[in-house]
Amino acid sequence: MEKGNTMKRWLVALLLLLSLSGCGYNEFQQLDEQTKSAWSEVLNQYQRRADLVPNLVATVKGEANFEQDTLTKVIEARAKASSIQVTPETLNDPQAFAKFQQAQGQLSSALSRLLVVSERYPDLKTNQSFRDLRVQLEGTENRITVARNRYIQAVQQYNVLARSFPTNLTATMFGYKPKANFTVQNEPQISTPPTVDFGAKK
Amino acid sequence: MTSVDVIAGSACPGPDPGTRNPPLVAGSACNPPAARAPARSALRALLGLCFALLAWCAPAAAQDLQPVPPLTAHVVDQTGTLDNAQRQALEDKLTAFEQAKGTQIAFLLVRTTAPEDIASYANRIGNAWKIGRKGVGDAVLLVVAKDDRKVRIEVAKTLEGAIPDLAAKQIIDDAITPRFRQGDFAGGLQAAADQLIARINGEPLPPVKPPPARGGQFGFDWMDLAIFLFFAVPIAGGVLRSMFGRKLGSLLTGGGVGVIAFLITSSIIIGALAAAAGLLFSLISGVTGIGPRRGPWGGGPWIGGGWGTGGGSWGGGGGASWGSGGGGDFGGGGASGDW
Repeated sequence: MEKGNTMKRWLVALLLLLSLSGCGYNEFQQLDEQTKSAWSEVLNQYQRRADLVPNLVATVKGEANFEQDTLTKVIEARAKASSIQVTPETLNDPQAFAKFQQAQGQLSSALSRLLVVSERYPDLKTNQSFRDLRVQLEGTENRITVARNRYIQAVQQYNVLARSFPTNLTATMFGYKPKANFTVQNEPQISTPPTVDFGAKK
Repeated sequence: MTSVDVIAGSACPGPDPGTRNPPLVAGSACNPPAARAPARSALRALLGLCFALLAWCAPAAAQDLQPVPPLTAHVVDQTGTLDNAQRQALEDKLTAFEQAKGTQIAFLLVRTTAPEDIASYANRIGNAWKIGRKGVGDAVLLVVAKDDRKVRIEVAKTLEGAIPDLAAKQIIDDAITPRFRQGDFAGGLQAAADQLIARINGEPLPPVKPPPARGGQFGFDWMDLAIFLFFAVPIAGGVLRSMFGRKLGSLLTGGGVGVIAFLITSSIIIGALAAAAGLLFSLISGVTGIGPRRGPWGGGPWIGGGWGTGGGSWGGGGGASWGSGGGGDFGGGGASGDW
């Protein structure tokens, strides 16, 4: 009798274990970890970019009468982007995530503006250290793109699991919410077609 | 408003971190400086420019991405730029280097990378080909887009220390673009190969494994496949045949063998060969098993003709074809240039 009871208990435990893994519990752990590491890579690359900015600013400052406005915007955007504290909770908080993304987006646009403006300064274009920094910045932007893509894919897998049946039951049981993903910042701007006005400036 | 228009519009507005170098496009597409000019001819030119841009935008947005070219050799030339001798010389150099150091360097020459820019194209191809040794991931992919007049060196993560972005840019500026400008494509690629090899040689990488007794540089143990063929296939084949009948069961066995062989070797050719071998094997042992078989386990399918067929088939798989190591991870490192 005793023996039968312990046997039954073991069987129940085993069954529970099997049903848990059947309901995607382990998959949740795996994909959660995957999104976290993908996110770390994104942060890593953003940090790399932030580290490049002071050097870039210093080099550009050496150029006499460089557009001050553009330069200040880069400095401000970098300060703002680095001031945002990113914690693992950021991933589960859509608002904090959007804020972070917006700050990084501003830095992106300020930097690309800087590069466009720099085209007007021939001395700067031939300056070796500026050219080197430009190559590094370009490489970093590429890495950011790849890291963001991988994060998007990881989150997609995770969210599909969190929202499809029957794994969504496991998700609600353990409180796994769908994670926030990257979106395009200037969506309304992109979706409105460019206005081409031929008569206005006659 | 068609969807094409919406997408086409996306080439214009301000910078977005997801796109590369957008402002250059934006500046020229959206605020043409010519708008200030009052002259009628300027307006006409502007109109022409806009139509040209539209014509360029619409198909670009509607187009699908370029397909991934098959990885047949170290040098894949889709443009016919290199003659046979030049291609062979490059191929020999890269093959010799791979045998000495283990690193896989691939050169890909295409007409264009449109609608993608060369950086994302190279990254996509690199990650699709997965060149570089398994577990090491050392690989370099050099892409030349001849009609775009652009070149990119895409470096796998393992080699980002040996070839940082600046070094890649330097190779492009010193070795490649001056020669490309003079039309000397083979010379540029040769010089690039030399410089890449010199850089990678300075990096301490795991030594090349001595090639296993049979089969070239596929980076897996042939014994695994042999053991699998000799023991797992007859058992699985027997079970499947008893469940689905002789023909369907054999087909399933063959398919299973093919898929597993493909997963192990990541080579479609070997996968197909193994599938054919498994199918034959299963069919033949099914025939020999017809007489004495009484239950699903009766007749012992691995006695009889099975051994011979199995042995013959996997020997045929050890051809000299070259394949990707399957380990490279490209994270966007490297540099681009144009000529």
